[in-house]
Amino acid sequence: MKYLNEFRDGDLAQRLSAEIRAAVTRPWAIMEVCGGQTHSILRHGIDQLLPAEVELIHGPGCPVCVTPVSLIDKALAIAATPGVIFCSFGDMLRVPGTREDLFAVKARGADVRVVYSPLDSVRLAKENPDRQVVFFAIGFETTAPANAMAVHQAKRLGLINFSLLVSHVLVPPAIEAILSSPTNRVQAILAAGHVCSVMGYHQYPPLAERYRVPIVVTGFEPLDLLDGIRRAVLQLEAGTHIVENAYPRAVAFAGNRPAQAMLAEVFETCDREWRGIGTIPASGWRLKDEYRRFDAEDRFAGPDFRSVESPHCHSGEVLRGTLKPNQCPAFGTACTPRTPLGATMVSSEGACAAYFHYGRLIDLGTERATCPT
Amino acid sequence: MCLAIPGRVQTVYESDGVRMGKLNFGGVVKDVCLAYLPEVQEGEYAVVHAGFAISKVDEATAAETLRAFAAMGALADELGEEMG
Amino acid sequence: MPDLNPDVWTCPLPLRDYPHIVMGHGGGGKLSTELVEHLFLPAFRNSALAPLGDAAVLPPVAGRLAVTTDCYVVRPLFFPGGCVGDLAVNGTVNDLAMSGATPLYLSAGFILEEGLPLADLGRIVDRMAAAARAAGVAIVCGDTKVVDRGHGDGCYITTAGVGVVPDGVNVGVQQAKPGDAIVVSGPVGNHGIAILSIREGLEFESRIASDTAALNGLVTEMLAACPDLRAMRDPTRGGLAATLNEIAAASHVGIEIDEPAVPVDDEVRAACDLLGLDPLLVANEGKLVVVVPAGLAEKLLATMHRHPLGTRAAIIGTITDRHPNLVVARTAIGGRRVVSTPLGEQLPRIC
Repeated sequence: MKYLNEFRDGDLAQRLSAEIRAAVTRPWAIMEVCGGQTHSILRHGIDQLLPAEVELIHGPGCPVCVTPVSLIDKALAIAATPGVIFCSFGDMLRVPGTREDLFAVKARGADVRVVYSPLDSVRLAKENPDRQVVFFAIGFETTAPANAMAVHQAKRLGLINFSLLVSHVLVPPAIEAILSSPTNRVQAILAAGHVCSVMGYHQYPPLAERYRVPIVVTGFEPLDLLDGIRRAVLQLEAGTHIVENAYPRAVAFAGNRPAQAMLAEVFETCDREWRGIGTIPASGWRLKDEYRRFDAEDRFAGPDFRSVESPHCHSGEVLRGTLKPNQCPAFGTACTPRTPLGATMVSSEGACAAYFHYGRLIDLGTERATCPT
Repeated sequence: MCLAIPGRVQTVYESDGVRMGKLNFGGVVKDVCLAYLPEVQEGEYAVVHAGFAISKVDEATAAETLRAFAAMGALADELGEEMG
Repeated sequence: MPDLNPDVWTCPLPLRDYPHIVMGHGGGGKLSTELVEHLFLPAFRNSALAPLGDAAVLPPVAGRLAVTTDCYVVRPLFFPGGCVGDLAVNGTVNDLAMSGATPLYLSAGFILEEGLPLADLGRIVDRMAAAARAAGVAIVCGDTKVVDRGHGDGCYITTAGVGVVPDGVNVGVQQAKPGDAIVVSGPVGNHGIAILSIREGLEFESRIASDTAALNGLVTEMLAACPDLRAMRDPTRGGLAATLNEIAAASHVGIEIDEPAVPVDDEVRAACDLLGLDPLLVANEGKLVVVVPAGLAEKLLATMHRHPLGTRAAIIGTITDRHPNLVVARTAIGGRRVVSTPLGEQLPRIC
C-alpha cells in the first residue's frame, strides 16, 4: 500500500536506529502517548532497534483502557435493553465491566454489532425505525469527528431512534496530568500523529515550555516512530524542549478545520473520568445541548448497581508510567488476557496485555527485552 | 488509538447530502466519508480513520521525508566504511 | 458457482413443489425421501451410498485407519471463492491428510433451517459433490434434520472422514525437533479476509477469495518425495499463529519465523492494515504448515512448487530449543515479537 510500505523499510529502519544509537549518551524515558503507536512498536519490534538507554513508556492513549468502568456498565445495561441494536467498534467488545463484557451480554441475546464507521450505525437506525440504535462513541480527537458526523446526520435526517453513548477523551489534558504528576518519569513525549491530523499541534508548545519537555508529533509506521524517537533523543541530549512535527505528510499545524468546526458544533468540553487514573478536568467531550436528545445516557436508565473496579488492579499506575505491568502482584496470575482485571490487560495495545503477549521475550535472557524493564 | 491508513481517492459521490468517496487501499476498496476533506480530488491520497478521511497525504512531503531518511543512511554508510 | 436450475435438475417436481425447506424435509417421511432421492443421491452418487442402508458397508483397507469429524458453520453460506459445502468436504479431507492419511470416505450430516431456499441447498450439495470428486473421496452416508426458522443459519453441515495411513508414514505435531525447517504451502489469510469482506457492517470490495481446497493431492506428492515429514497441520481458525503455537506446545520446542518470508497477498495485507488485523491470525482453508528435517527442506519445497496448490510454498522458519513453547517472529525491520495464539475471533479495531 502506497505511503505505508515505504515507511516500513527494514534498511532505512536500521539506519534511523544507528542515528539514535550514535546520538544517545545516557538513559532517557520517552512516552508514546497513543496506544496505536504502542501496538506498532510491539508489532514490529521497534523497541529492540533502540539502544538500552532509551526506555519507552506506554501512555494512556487507548480508549479501551481509559473508558471508565461505570460507562462500560452503562453500555452493557443499554445493550441488554430489549429492542436495542448496540453498535460498537470491535475494540470494546472484550472490555470488562463490573460483572461482564459485551460478548457476554450478546451471548444472552442482546443485539450487539461491530461496525467499521459510525455512519454504519446511522444507516442501521434508518433501516430499523422500530428499533433503538445506540452507538458507543469512544475514542480520542481522531475518532470524535466521525462520531460527531454520525449524530449530526441523525439530527439532519430526523432519526429519533438513534443515540450516542459518549466517552470522548482528549490528549493534551492527559499529557498535562502525566507531566504535572510529582511521580512523573517521562522526559519526552511522542504526540499522537492522527490526533494532530485532526486538531493540529498548536496546543503543545505551551506544554513543552511549561514542563520543559520535548514533544514530537509522531506517526505510526516503524520509520515514523523511529524518527520521532530520534528527534526526541536529539532534543534530550541537546537540552532543548520544542515541539517538532515528525509526521508532516499527514499533520498540519492547524489540523483539519472542517473537522474542528463539526466538533465545535456537536461537542462541548467536560470533565471526564479516566479508568484507573481518575477524573481529569476538561479532559473530555460531551454532546452540546442542541444534541442532548441524542445522548444515550439520558435516554436509557443506568445499571441498578454500583460499578466497582477490581481492588487488585493497578492499571492507573501503569497508565501513568509509574508501575511496570509485571510489577503488579496480579500480573500473569489473577490477571491475564483471558481473565483481565483491568482494561490494560484487554486491549491489544494495553500495556499489560502487551507485556503479557510480547514481554515473554524478556525471559529469553540473551537479548534485550521487548518491553524495557 | 487511532488506526488510520492512507488510501487513494477513486471516485467521489454524495450520499444523504454528505460528501463520500470510494477509496482504494492497495486493491481493497471501501466507502469513506470525505466531508472533512472538501478539497480532496480523485487520484489524491487521504488518511482514513473509522471510515472518515481526516487528512490529505502531502505527497511531496512524504517523498522528502523518505529522502531525508535515505540521506541519514548515506551518512551511516560513510561512517561504516571509515570504521571498516 | 453453478446455479441450480430446477428445469434441468434430475427430477424437477419436488423442487418445484417446495421452493424452500419445510419442517417435513427432516421428518423422515415422504418429503425426506424425496430430498434424498432427488437432491442428495444424484449429486453424491456412489456404490456405497446407493443402497441407503442404516450404515455404509465398506471394503477392507490395508493400513491404519484415521477418523475425524468437523462441523461447518459459516455466515453467509456463500462467500467469494466457495460456500459451506466446499468447506465441509475440504476441511475434513484436510484433517485426514494432515495426519498422513489418504482420505477415502466422508459422511455428511445436514441441519437445515426451515425456509432455506432449496436452490441454495442444491448449490451447496453440488459444490460438496464437486469438492469430493476433486479430492477423490466418496460421501457414503448422511442425515438431514430441519430446525424451526430462526434456529439456524440456513445450513449447518457436519462431516466425518475415514482415511488410511500408509505404512511408513508417521506424522504428528509432537515430533518437531530443533533444527527442523518450517514450510507453509502458500499465502495466508485469504479465507478469513474473504469472509470479512462480505460481513454486514464491514463490507469492502476486493478480489480476495477463500482459498478453500483439498490438500490431500499435495500431501501425497510431499510424502512421496519426503516420507520423513515430522509434523503437518492446516492453519484454519486462529491462523498460522495458532498452528505454530500448537506445534511448539506439542513438541515442547520453540519456533522462530522470519515474518517477511511468510507469503501474504498484497490485498490481504492491505485489508489487514485497514481493519487492524494480523494476517498471521487470520483463518485459512486450503493451506498447510509442515515441519521437515532441515536437510530435506529444499527438496520438499521443489516438490511443493510443482503442485498447483504449492506454487508459492515457502520456508518461513525453524524449530529451536531456545524459548520452548514460544513462537517468535523476526519482523521486517529486524525486531522480534512473540506470536501468540489469538484469544478468539479477531475483531476489526480502530485503535
